[in-house]
This record gives sequence, C-alpha cells and structure tokens, in this order.
Amino acid sequence: MTGRGAAGAVRLPSDRWQIWDTALWLVPVAVYFLFPGYLVLGSQVIITALFALSLDIVIGYAGITSLGHAAFFGLGAYTAGLLAAHGWGELLTGLVCAAVVAAVVGYLTSFLVVRGAALTQLMITLGVGLLLLEIANKATPWTGGANGLSDMTVDKLLGVFRFDLEGRTGYIYSLVVAFAAFVLVRRVVSSPFGLSLRAIREGAARMPALGAPVGRRLVAAFTFAAALAGIAGALLTQTAQVVGLEVLGLQRSATVLIMLVLGGTGRLYGAFIGAGLFMLIQDYFARRDPMYWQLWIGCLLVAVVLVGRGGILGIVDALRARWARRRAP
Amino acid sequence: MTAGAAAEPRPVALRTEGLCKRWGVVYVNDRIDLTLPVGARHALIGPNGAGKTTLVNLLTGLYPPTAGRVLLGDTDVTRLAMHERVKRGLVRTFQINTLFPGLTVLESVVLAICERTGVARRWARSVARFDAPIAEAAALLDRLGLGSVAHTVTRNLPYGKQRLLEIALALALRPKVLLLDEPASGIPAGDSTEVFEVIAALPGDVTVLFIEHDMELVFRFAQRVAVLVDGRLLTEGTPAEIAADPRVRDVYLGETASEKLG
Amino acid sequence: MAAFITVLFDGVAYGSLLFVISVGMSVTLGLMRFINLAHGAFAMFGGYTACVLAERWGLSMFASLPVVLVGFAAAGAVLERVVYRWVSRTRPLDQVLLTIGIAFIATALAGILWGPDQRHLPRPEALDGQLHVLGVDLGVYRLFLIGMVVVITAALHVLIERTRFGAQLRAAVDRPDTGAGLGIPVNRVFTISFAIGSGLAAVGGVLGVEMLGLDHSFTFTYMVYFLLVVVVGGEGSIIGSAAAAIALGVFDVVGKYYFLSTGAFLIYALMVVLLLIFPHGLIRRGR
Repeated sequence: MTGRGAAGAVRLPSDRWQIWDTALWLVPVAVYFLFPGYLVLGSQVIITALFALSLDIVIGYAGITSLGHAAFFGLGAYTAGLLAAHGWGELLTGLVCAAVVAAVVGYLTSFLVVRGAALTQLMITLGVGLLLLEIANKATPWTGGANGLSDMTVDKLLGVFRFDLEGRTGYIYSLVVAFAAFVLVRRVVSSPFGLSLRAIREGAARMPALGAPVGRRLVAAFTFAAALAGIAGALLTQTAQVVGLEVLGLQRSATVLIMLVLGGTGRLYGAFIGAGLFMLIQDYFARRDPMYWQLWIGCLLVAVVLVGRGGILGIVDALRARWARRRAP
Repeated sequence: MTAGAAAEPRPVALRTEGLCKRWGVVYVNDRIDLTLPVGARHALIGPNGAGKTTLVNLLTGLYPPTAGRVLLGDTDVTRLAMHERVKRGLVRTFQINTLFPGLTVLESVVLAICERTGVARRWARSVARFDAPIAEAAALLDRLGLGSVAHTVTRNLPYGKQRLLEIALALALRPKVLLLDEPASGIPAGDSTEVFEVIAALPGDVTVLFIEHDMELVFRFAQRVAVLVDGRLLTEGTPAEIAADPRVRDVYLGETASEKLG
Repeated sequence: MAAFITVLFDGVAYGSLLFVISVGMSVTLGLMRFINLAHGAFAMFGGYTACVLAERWGLSMFASLPVVLVGFAAAGAVLERVVYRWVSRTRPLDQVLLTIGIAFIATALAGILWGPDQRHLPRPEALDGQLHVLGVDLGVYRLFLIGMVVVITAALHVLIERTRFGAQLRAAVDRPDTGAGLGIPVNRVFTISFAIGSGLAAVGGVLGVEMLGLDHSFTFTYMVYFLLVVVVGGEGSIIGSAAAAIALGVFDVVGKYYFLSTGAFLIYALMVVLLLIFPHGLIRRGR
C-alpha cells in the first residue's frame, strides 16, 4: 500500500478493500447461518456497533470528549418510533427522517461543543443528553414518557419481508444498513476531509496556521456522526418495534463509550470489535451476577487506560509493528 | 521605516501601525511600526523575552492586539482569524515544532497542499487518489531533503528533520509573506545554511521575515535587520549598520556580560 | 410565603451538602487538572462507614464524623500518591474513562459488600425536631447542615487565605509550573489538598445519608450534580463552588416542589445556558 508504485511515484496508503476486510464482514454473515437462535441479539450487536462507529467519528477522529452521544441515538429512535406509531411505517424514509432530525440537533449542538475545552465539551454533551432524556420523560403524550412507545407497526422490508419473531429480517436489515454506513465512513475517513480531521485531533494548534477552518470541520464531523447515530437508533426501533427511555441518558452514552475504547478508537473496526465482545460477554455475565460484571468492566476500563494501548485493536497494531520490525533487517 | 530611501518605494507586503500587546501590566509589544516591502528578506533579532514571538503571533492572528493595526498588502487584517490570513498568503513557522505527531511526513505536507487548494473539503474520494497534491508534496520533500523519511511518522523523526518539516509545511502553502520563528534552531550547522539557501531561493515576490539568533545567518541572508528590545523596536537598518550600532552591542554585550558575572 | 421560605431553606441545606462533597473535586480539577468523575465514591463510602459504625458499634453520627474525616483524608492521601499521581498527565478523555471505571468498581464493591438496598443512618436526637425562627418552622437537622457548611467554609477560607499552605495552594492553582520553580512543594500541596477534599466528601456523605439517599449506585446518581457544581462554579474556586452548589440546590428543590412536571429539565437547561455565557465557570481562578 505505501511506498513507491510502478512508475516510482510516491503513494499514500489507499483505502482499497482488502482480504481481511472481507473476512471480517463474512463473520456476521456466517453468524446468520450458524446461530439462527441468536439473531435478535445479533441485530442489537450490529446496531450498537453502528452507534459506536458514529461515536468513533466524534472521539477518535474529531477528538471531542462526548458523554452525551446517546442523545442522537435516542432522537433517531424516537423519530422512527413516532413515525411508526402514527401510521408511517415505511422503513427507509424512517431512517432518513431519523438521520435528518439527529443531524439538525447535532448541528446546533456542535457550535456549543467545538469551541470549548475538553471539560466544557464533556459538560455540554452530557447536559444536552440529559436534557433530551428529561424531555422524553416528561412529554408523555408524545413519547409515552416512562413507558415509551410500543404500539407501532412497520412495513415489510422492501415490501416483501415481514419482521419475524426470530429476528431474521431484522438481522439482515441491520447488517445491510450497517455495512453501507461502514463503507461510507471508511471513504470519508480516508478522504482529504478525513485527513484534516485526523490532523485536527493530532495537532489542533497547527491547523489554523495551515489555513484550515477548524471549527467548520468539526461541526461537519459532529453533524455527520449525529446523523449516523440517529440511523442506528431508528434501526433499533424499527427492528424491535418498541422504543423507551433507555435509548437516551448517561448509561447508554457511557456504555457505548466504553465499548469503543475497549475495541480501540480511531480505527473503524474498533467499534465493531468492542461492541461485539462487550455485548456478548454482558449477555453472558450480567444475567448471572450484575455486580461482578460491573466490577470486571470497571477493572478492565482502568487497565485499558493505564496500559494505554488503544484498546484491542491498539494491541493488535502494536503486535503487528513489532512483528514487522522483526522481519525487516 | 526605510526613511530616506532614494529609490521609488516598493509595494508593501506587510505593515504594522502602532501594534501593542499587553499582558496584565506589561507591554510585551509596545507601539511597533514595522514595514516589509514585497520581496524583502528581513531579520528580527533581540534578546530572549524581547517579544519577538509575540509579534509574530500578533501578525498571524493567534491573539488580538491591545492596540494597533496589521495590514497585509492593502488589506487591514487586524480582525481576521488566523486561517483567513493564511488564505491571503501570510504563513508562519513555529519556534517549537508544532506538528502532527501521528501523521507521516508525506501526509502532513499533502494536507497542507490540500488546505491551500481547497481540496481538503472533499470527503467522497480517498486522498490517495489525488495525484497532483501528492506529487507536489513529494517534490517539496525532496527539495528539503526529507524524501527519505516521507513515510516516517512525525513523532519518530529526529529533531532536525522535524524542524525541516515545520518549514516544509509553510512552503507548501505557497506563502506571499513568510514569517520564520528561529527556523534553524536545532538543525546542525551545515544543514542550516542549506535551509536558508532554500528560503533565499524563493521567488522574488515572496517576502520573508525571520527571527534568528545566529548572527552569521543574519548577516548572510538578511537585507535589513530590526532589533526588538523589551517590546520596542530599538532600531532598524542594514546588517552592517546594526552591527556598528553601539546601542545594539550594548544590549547583546550587556546580556553576555551579565551572564559572565553570573 | 412560609412554605416558600421552607422550600428555599431546604434548597440551601441541600446545596450545602452538595458543596461539602464537591469542593474536593473542584480543588482536584483546578489544582491537578484532573477530572475525577468518581469523586462521589468518597461520599458514598463515608456514608456506608457511618452506617456500619452505627449498626455494629452503635456509634452516633456525631462520633463518626471525625472518624470518617480523618480516615478518608488518610485514604485520599494514599490514593493520590499511588494512583492519581501516576495518571495526572493523561488526556481528559482518558481521565473520564479511568474515573468512570473506578466509579464502576466502587459501585460494584458497595453492592457486593452491602447489597443493593437503601441504607439509613439514625439521626442523633439532638438534631430532631424543628426550630421556630422568625415565624417559620425550620428543621434542626437542616440548620445543623447549613451551620456545618458555614463552619467548614470559614475554616477553608482561613486555611486558604491566611496560612502558608493556603498561599502555596493558591499559587499552585494559578501557575503550577512556576510554583514548582519557586520552591513550592507542589507534590505535597497536591497530596494534602486531595486528602482534605476526600475527607470533606466523606463527611458530606455521612451528613447526607438521609437527605441524598444512600445506595450502591450513589456515585453515578450524583455524578452529574457534582460535575455541575464544579464546572459551573469554576475549577479551583471555593466561593464559586459554594455559589453554584447553593444555586443548584435551590433550583432543584424549588423546581421539584413548584414545577413538578419539569423536574430536572430546569437544571440541565440552566447549566447549558450558564456554560454558554461563562465558558470557564462562574468565577475563574488564575489562568
């Protein structure tokens, strides 16, 4: 990928699809056939991974400290829920509406966030997230309050496939949408815009001296991430046909942050690995002993921060680098 | 001010009027009037703490002045944000390397070029497919002797190469006015002359102001020298005039003398 | 009108509690530039300690206060040396993650040790009942709370403004690097400040068992409130924290009492607005 090409020209690493990209994406496909009883959980993992991917844009690429990303997830979820509850069950327009609503709120919020220091960013994102939670909690005639919305019907996928109880349709739907989003994010991240985002994260002091309008770039990134989170939220509502307060709030924001950090920020697959491992282990442990589950997650989190290797993918990268050094003379 | 200059006045690239910056009660820059004609190669010298870097920060817009104006060409840029001044051709380097630790050398320079050409806004195509910026970046790196480390991540570069990258980033922006803050510091003596030769070889319509402590480099490459002491412009003139000026010798000798006395 | 004064009074008492607990976090943030989301855990464990002391050995709340203060101050000093100093130079995001992890651990430990139920601390008889002041009935316990906070604030003020340690602390908050250059034992200042902050938080936890409620999820329940006080009040500012805490307490109680349906909405909206107007907190210290 790097190094000199055929004509001796210097190249940058390209974003061409590689073998292990295909291999990694074959895993959820294989799951569909190998574990037909776990497809509902599988959809949730995929949706959460998409949510984590959107957070990666904020934290891993734009470098904004956010504890309120669930706000956009929740906005998308409730938008899709409200549409479906009021008779508009069409899926793709539901996704689009959710993305638009989340993007608009994200855009407005971004101005508050891009100017501040890390602590201010934290508080504002937290504040906005909690504000929305309170609104959802109190606006009972609209949102169902603490009970949420459950009386909704969604159309059949592509007019043919009904959402079945085993979750087969939901799984395929989520997987396809997540894949499309992933391809888009991958392209954006490897674009010049993506490079400038990485540079802002690495050296925000230098960027204005390069003529880059840092604020504008961050606003764009934040809005994009909000839209993606909204799509993830809408997916959840559409596949589960229910939406409640737990799509909002500190718990969800903190959890997705932990997943992302465990998997590795700034590396797109970190979101998927983190979400996958976290939710699988949680599904196993949390039912048995929620207290110990919390204890181990806490310890793991502390370990990840102290060791500072950038999560699982960070360790993988470090190992690869060491292996490459050993192979080179 | 080039008062008494006989020839017709050259167009002015950069000018300040009564530029002041106050931190608390101290005037770090005090009523600075500086004029750089187009194509000038001026040096700014002065003891440590004289306010040279602050002046550059004011010129580029890192913070607003307490009073005074900055004019780029004919335009008053005093209220403009830094990135807007860069777009108009006012570029600087930093005294302390201010780079992108996780980006490679090539990526950094490509980014600078993309910012200049407006390509940096593009989000739908991989940056590896933009041949022109990459080729331009590669050529610039070769010119500055950074070709061999093009794919090295910045944080792994030796200090001297980082300094060169600092300059490469500025040159990639095709500046009209270039402000260099101690460009040669940390670069081994032989290479620093090379760097200055690259700068001296810049087109005649590029204006350069460099802060330097190495008097040899100042004498070799500067047409005029401005001396900043305690926030004020002490004097300005050709290198020979400055060298002969007793006040300047006082300031520098005074410094060395007090160092010797401990 | 009398009802309003009572509600206001309640709010001030509530805010005072928040202040006592949060002041340590404010100092940590202003001094060590460290965001400690797990600060509430000190309060939580302080409360649990008092409960255990009361249940096992019949220690009254009055008696457990000094025990908790000293004990947790010591624990804070140890923690600062062992853990926090190691991570003091990390990025804010890492600090957030680290302290969330510690908060998880604290919550889990509390749940494992003492179960998920709410705990109670018997109120000392001397503090029962109400005082009739200027035509209004004021709870003695709440008066005691406010009184304690006034005493603590005064003590802190004297410590910070009148002692050499206080001068060193203020210098270190304003300019830590210069402070070290001037020969101020910055590390010792850090340790002592952290110890005082932890001790006070624990004391606040004891005093607040009944008013704030104590269960193993306390750290998370109140995390946002403490953050609010610190951020709105300005990192490192005692007066600012006090003002922010009282304001928060009053708004919360008044809001819940009079505008039952809006609840916490007011608080968060107020916070966002305040942060927009004062991006560095209400009273900015140094820097």
